[in-house]
This record gives sequence, C-alpha cells and structure tokens, in this order.
Amino acid sequence: MEPTIYASLDDVTLSFGEHVILKNCSLKIVRGAITCIVGLSGAGKSTILRLLDGLIEPSSGHVYVDGHDLCHTPERDLVELRQKTSLAFQFAALLDSLTIGENVGLPLREHTALPDEKIRHIVDDALESVGLRHVYDSLPNELSGGMLKRAGFARAIVTRPELVLYDEPTTGLDPIVTNLITDTIVRLREKLGGTAVVISHDLHSIFRMADYVAMLFEGAIIAYGPREEIRTSTNPFVQQFLTGSEVGPIPV
Amino acid sequence: MGILERFGERTIAFLEYLGGMTSLIGESVRSLVHAQIRYAETFVQAYELGIGSLLIVLLTSLFTGMVISLESAQQAVQFGIGSLVGGAVTYTSVRELGPMLTAVVVAGRVGSAIAAEIGSMVVTEQIDALRSMGLSPVRFLVVPRLLALAIMLPLLTVFADIISILGGMWIAQAYAHINPASFIASARQAVGFEDVVKGLLKALVFACIIAFVGCYQGLSTRGGAAGVGRATTSAVVISIILIFGTNFIMSYLLFGGH
Ligand SMILES: Nc1ncnc2c1ncn2[C@@H]1O[C@H](COP(=O)(O)OP(=O)(O)OP(=O)(O)O)[C@@H](O)[C@H]1O
Ligand SMILES: [Mg+2]
Repeated sequence: MEPTIYASLDDVTLSFGEHVILKNCSLKIVRGAITCIVGLSGAGKSTILRLLDGLIEPSSGHVYVDGHDLCHTPERDLVELRQKTSLAFQFAALLDSLTIGENVGLPLREHTALPDEKIRHIVDDALESVGLRHVYDSLPNELSGGMLKRAGFARAIVTRPELVLYDEPTTGLDPIVTNLITDTIVRLREKLGGTAVVISHDLHSIFRMADYVAMLFEGAIIAYGPREEIRTSTNPFVQQFLTGSEVGPIPV
Repeated sequence: MGILERFGERTIAFLEYLGGMTSLIGESVRSLVHAQIRYAETFVQAYELGIGSLLIVLLTSLFTGMVISLESAQQAVQFGIGSLVGGAVTYTSVRELGPMLTAVVVAGRVGSAIAAEIGSMVVTEQIDALRSMGLSPVRFLVVPRLLALAIMLPLLTVFADIISILGGMWIAQAYAHINPASFIASARQAVGFEDVVKGLLKALVFACIIAFVGCYQGLSTRGGAAGVGRATTSAVVISIILIFGTNFIMSYLLFGGH
C-alpha cells in the first residue's frame, strides 16, 4: 500500500538576504511514521521545522500540512492547524515567566476546557515521561539546559498532536534520558498513530526509531528512504555522514 | 549610497513601521472587541506598574508643583497678585504637566521594561513558541499591558495632579505667605472639572502610545542581546517624542478654543 503523505515541502527555496539556506528543496512526511532528518550543523534542519510549523514562509515554493497550504495563510487561520501540530524547540523556548508545570500545561489550559485537576494530572504524566516530575513548581531559570529541553519536549507532546516536530530532542542529554526520550517518541507513534519529524545527530537513536531518513545537504534533500535503505546506501555523501569520516565528498 | 537612495530606504522603513504598528493596533482592538482578555495577567501588570511607578511619579510631580509655585509666587507677589498663584499651579498641573510628566516617567520606566521583556522573548524564541502553540502574542502579551497602562496611567496622573498642587500650596505659603484657603479658592476658579477630565483623556492616549510603542519595538527586535538593548532605547525615545507631539495636538484640540 502506498503510504499517505501528511506534510510536505514542495520545491521550497528560502534565503535570508543574500544567504540561500534551502534551494529547490522537496520532502515528503509520511503519515503515521517517524521521519528523521540528518545533516550538517547549519544545514537548515531547524529551518525546515519552522517552515512546517508556519513560523516562517519560504521565498518560493509551497509547504503543505494535512492538506493545507501554509504559504500566504494569515496567522489567524493557522491557529486551528497549530493545535494539531507542535514543535519541540531546539533550545526549549519555555516562557520564563511561568513555572515548568504552567509551561507544559499552557496549551491545554488555552485550548481545552479541561478542569484544573485534570490538566495537573496530564502535565504530571507528561513530566514523568521525561523524568521531570519533581520540577513542576520550578521556574525555567532554575533548571539545567537538558532539563529545559525535556520540559520543552513534554510541552510539545502534552496535547497529543497529530504531528510533532522534534528539533534535536536528545542532543546534550545523558544516554539514559536519551533512551527514555527515544522510547517516548516511538511509543507516541505506536499508541496514537501520530506523525513525527525528528532532527537528530544521534545515529544510534535515529536507527532505533526512524521509519524514514532524509539527509539534507547544501539546501536540498540528497537522500531519502526507509531506514534500512539509508543504512545500507552506497551514496557517498550518506556513507561519509554515517561513518563520520573526514575523507569523502562532504568538505570539512 | 546616493541621497535619493537613502531617502527611499528611510521612506520604506517608515512605511513598514506604520504598517506594522497599524496591524498591531488592529489586532489588539480585535482582541478587545472579542473580549479575549487575560484578566489575571492584566491585573498583575497593572499592580506592578502602578506600585512600581508611584513613588517616582509622586516625587517628580511634587518638585514640579513646588517649582512652578516658587517661580510664579515670586512674580505674583511683586505685582501684588499673589492670590492667583493657586490658579497658576493647578492650571499647569492638571492640564499639562501632570499628564505629560507622568507619561514621560512611565515611558522611561514601563515602556522600556515592556520592550526589553518582549524583545528578549523574541530572541529566545518564546514568541515563536507562543505562535507555535496557536496562541497570539498580541492577546497573550500586548493586550494585558495595554489595559494595565490604560487603567494605571490616568490613576497615576490623578495622584500626580494632587501632589503637585499640594507641593505648590506648601511653597506658596512658606515662601510667599499665601494662605492655603486663598490658594484653593484661586485654584477652583481657574480649573474646572472639565479640565481634569481632559487631562485624564490625555493620560489615556499616552498610555496607548507607551504600550503600543513598547510592544512593537519588543516584537520587532532582531539580533540577540544588542537587539534587545536597541529595542529598549528606541521604545523610550519614540514614545517620548510621540507623547510631546500628541500633547501639543491634544492641547490645541481640547483647550485651543479657550
Ligand atoms: N533569522 C535568520 N537570519 C539569518 N540567517 C539565519 C536565520 N535563521 C537561520 N539562519 C541561517 O540559516 C542556516 C540554517 O540554520 P538552521 O538553524 O536551520 O540550521 P540547523 O541545520 O538546524 O543547524 P544545527 O544542527 O546547528 O541546529 C544557518 O546558516 C543560519 O546561519
Ligand atoms: Mg537546528
């Protein structure tokens, strides 16, 4: 059966001033699957997630999510779509005036009519799933970078969105928490059938969770396919990236 | 770069500013009309900015009332019209200096804080996070600050008016032996209730200026910590200029006929 597409970039070009970040970049995100995006630092991976979340618009081309064209859609009309998607930011981006618990519960408080105890319960569960139950009442500036990142992760999954965009969810975390997060991503997909896009540099967890892997290089997706296909790819770029070798077509 | 080119660039930047400001105001009004108001946040903001600004507003207006009294009492006694000093102090305080000085002080204290807070939220992606959650930064941040200022600035202005008149009265008595009863009589003759209301109307307009300029500068912050610094400075500079300009226009429209 042909997999259905939940979101896609269609021939997207994006530049900041003179600096071209993405060039005729196309990518399909399969519904109900975990797609991992790999690429060099500064390649534009976070930029792709920001495009998929409608935070920025491409200079040309189109971005589709669940059948909606995000380009030239007024901010007001994105609100509904954004309740079905969420972005776990690379640097957490928690609101520093709210406690961790309030931060994680914010999407629920604003978009649902759930009673406070129920929200508290869901938030506790979400924090528990990233090993952070004890920091409910702490402020973001009282937490370490890794703890913030996990709280940001909890905020992104708390509404059980259809599409979750994870920006380096495990970078900078210890191996045990890394496994915890990776498992949570997989479990969410299995339990809820949600779609996920994960940016990661961690090959071990990529090959543990990914259904599809895409490699971004010089502004375009140069390799895309099911996990095993990429793992055994003979593409010299992919080979070099996976082995981390300094010799090969990717300039160091 | 040629002069024409630079002029063109400045014009475009100015039009962009106007456009951005207009849409910010438009969205805020829409939020208000739909009663999408976060009351708790509004209350916290109002409390903080009110309490935080009270002392400095009281001090500046006290000294201003005193100095007006000092200057006018000196002249008035020379010309034998000491009984008019109360009117002079009250008139200038209620119609001009009360609203304007309060607004300038609050612009420096609160407008800058708003720009700095929102600006740092921009550079740490907190604003993007709000948008990403389907929450409007305008409803979430701008509207509570706008309402808080719109409530507190007129209130602070009332305090400023009162303390500046009291200061003036004290100096008039201590320095020119004008007794409080004659000071108050002259004040009541010179200034009507209508003048007080017009002064407060000014304060309301200044509140909107401080809130919108502070929020707009904050939201359009670019480029890290230095960007936040620039946003803060320009929020204060722009709102103070607008306050002075608007004050003149409003005085002309409200009091020009007299
Ligand atoms: N607002 C911006 N203005 C100018 N350039 C930008 C902006 N945002 C990103 N860039 C540039 O876009 C490029 C891609 O940035 P992006 O954050 O998407 O990289 P990334 O692949 O996520 O890198 P990393 O793995 O280090 O997180 C970078 O070269 C960056 O300098
Ligand atoms: Mg990134």
